[in-house]
Amino acid sequence: MNGFERLFPYLLAGVSVGGQYALIAIGYTMVYGILRLINFAHGDIFTVAGFFMVYMSATMPLVVSIPLTIILTVLLGFTVERVAYKPLREAPRMSIMISAIGVSYLLQNLMWYVTGGLAKQYPVLPWLSNSVTILSATTKIVTIVTPLLTVALVLLLLQLINHTKTGMAMRAVSRDFETAKLMGIKIDRVISISFIIGSFLAAAGSLLYFTNYPTVTPTVGAMPGLKAFVAAVFGGIGSIPGAVVGAFLIGISENLIKAFGYSTFSDAFTFALLIVILLVRPTGLFGEKTIDKV
Amino acid sequence: MNTKKRGLVIGLILLALLFAGLYILENTISSSTMLITILKKGVIYALIAVSMNLLNGFTGLFSLGQAGFMLIGAYTYAILTIPVNMRGMIYQYYDGGIVQFALPAIIGILCAGLLAAFFAFLVGLPVLRLKSDYLAIATLGFAEIIRAIIQYEGLGPLTNGSNLLRRFPTFQSVLYPFAAAAICIGAILLLINSTYGRAFKAIRDDEVAAEAMGINLFFHKQLSFVVSSFFAGIGGALLAMYQGSIQVATFKSAMTYEILLIVVIGGMGSVTGSVIASFLFVASSEWWLRFLDNEMFIGTFQVPLLRSGFRMVVFSVIIMAVVLFYRRGIMGDKEFSLTRVRNRLLNRKAGRNA
Repeated sequence: MNGFERLFPYLLAGVSVGGQYALIAIGYTMVYGILRLINFAHGDIFTVAGFFMVYMSATMPLVVSIPLTIILTVLLGFTVERVAYKPLREAPRMSIMISAIGVSYLLQNLMWYVTGGLAKQYPVLPWLSNSVTILSATTKIVTIVTPLLTVALVLLLLQLINHTKTGMAMRAVSRDFETAKLMGIKIDRVISISFIIGSFLAAAGSLLYFTNYPTVTPTVGAMPGLKAFVAAVFGGIGSIPGAVVGAFLIGISENLIKAFGYSTFSDAFTFALLIVILLVRPTGLFGEKTIDKV
Repeated sequence: MNTKKRGLVIGLILLALLFAGLYILENTISSSTMLITILKKGVIYALIAVSMNLLNGFTGLFSLGQAGFMLIGAYTYAILTIPVNMRGMIYQYYDGGIVQFALPAIIGILCAGLLAAFFAFLVGLPVLRLKSDYLAIATLGFAEIIRAIIQYEGLGPLTNGSNLLRRFPTFQSVLYPFAAAAICIGAILLLINSTYGRAFKAIRDDEVAAEAMGINLFFHKQLSFVVSSFFAGIGGALLAMYQGSIQVATFKSAMTYEILLIVVIGGMGSVTGSVIASFLFVASSEWWLRFLDNEMFIGTFQVPLLRSGFRMVVFSVIIMAVVLFYRRGIMGDKEFSLTRVRNRLLNRKAGRNA
């Protein structure tokens, strides 16, 4: 029992971080499912959402600033897609990936410019930041809320994808881009919607993630961004439940590694896992099998 | 054959002129001027960009591991060449470290390349079986793993953990990095123009067709990956010499992105393009756009937006514009050649006369 007591706080933190990764990972997996694009800028959009919150909450009450942060982040995701990815729809896949890297570079420099490179104090969200004790482990309420909220949002999203017309269009586009286009599905609209949903979830994830930390800096989002991507690949890219399961697994194992005193390797572990998964089962846990067509 | 030989002679003469020019330049202006700094850093970036172009532009392998191999190169060089009497001070937390000898700089640089190439060989075995974006993510992940391992406290006696490494031999003359880069880029050019190079291009253009023509896909991909990493390692060692001290934090994925953007600006599949773009990139980020970082007054009117960091914003907007509207970059997949310039000039003249 003693061992469990020592590990329990880490397990709790792992579940919480896993939930936050899951919210980001869905954005990656949806965009990849439809555009076959690794949206390298997604992690930066997540960080920008953190800064939106910092600047909004400085002048406005939380009731206004939280919805406003979410709206602005969604707008940003939408704009990035329209400006940087849409013109390259017919271009080779490498070009659009390079464009994504360019956007990430631009967003990071922009954040650096606006903040002057200084870490900004993240606002304390009432209630969420309060401490709570479960089974002798003290943690913030956000740790408990995160996994619950994540699961709720994912169920909502699955409803949307499986039972609405828009969702059907999204599934059609991700199955076969060209055919969907010929069937009269408005591709650009579907792509925009997936970016909007992705950015919305990233904004929600950012609210939960940064509540755990005192400050935000321009490059802080790169790591969680990449890890969320690994989670998406792990679960089988293109599959939403896969991304969620992958994210929770990665969040928990990372924190368990920290519990055993190998903090330096918690990042490395995630990437090693990625390489192993890609070699053993490239389509991930829940991915569809792809057949190479000549 | 004759024109080829003539081209080689002209190329060598131009190279000799370049070195003579650099020598004169160095002896006329102070070595701390911006121009000299730009030339040093630019030529090192040129080597690294060309090595990445060999992989991404010529072989069509979208790899994002360059920073990892540079890190291996830089650390190998530093660890092997720090003078023995300095080690006690630098490895102060690790009793002077476990390496108690120092190699000459040249051998250090070679070892840097060889070790990077060796790791590339090991990494390539599994990773090169992956395709496009999966390959990109796997190589990016590998670079992060390398960074974590070098920072690991347990390896402190070897790598000094996350502390600085410094006091290794550096270069003073601008001719040094130019000579090193010229030799390396020359070697890459020879490779590209050989049978191997043509096989690389065939793989880039159509993998299935290349395999059907009897090209051993895995062997050639592995060759390109190992050679590219060898030169990235040497580039890393030169960068360490240029900076005078190194730290793991410098070699983040942001560095790979920067080099990739240089390659794109220069043109995927153009060696001269990468070289030109490197100098442009370094010069504009360090020098030409500097004024954007300082507040400026025209009379009493303060020009808006100008303050620290604005330079990089403008810079990244320019890069985005190139990526979106000028996708082929400066040179496309062509090389800069005097013959073409001359022909174009002659044609223009002929057109005017007609």
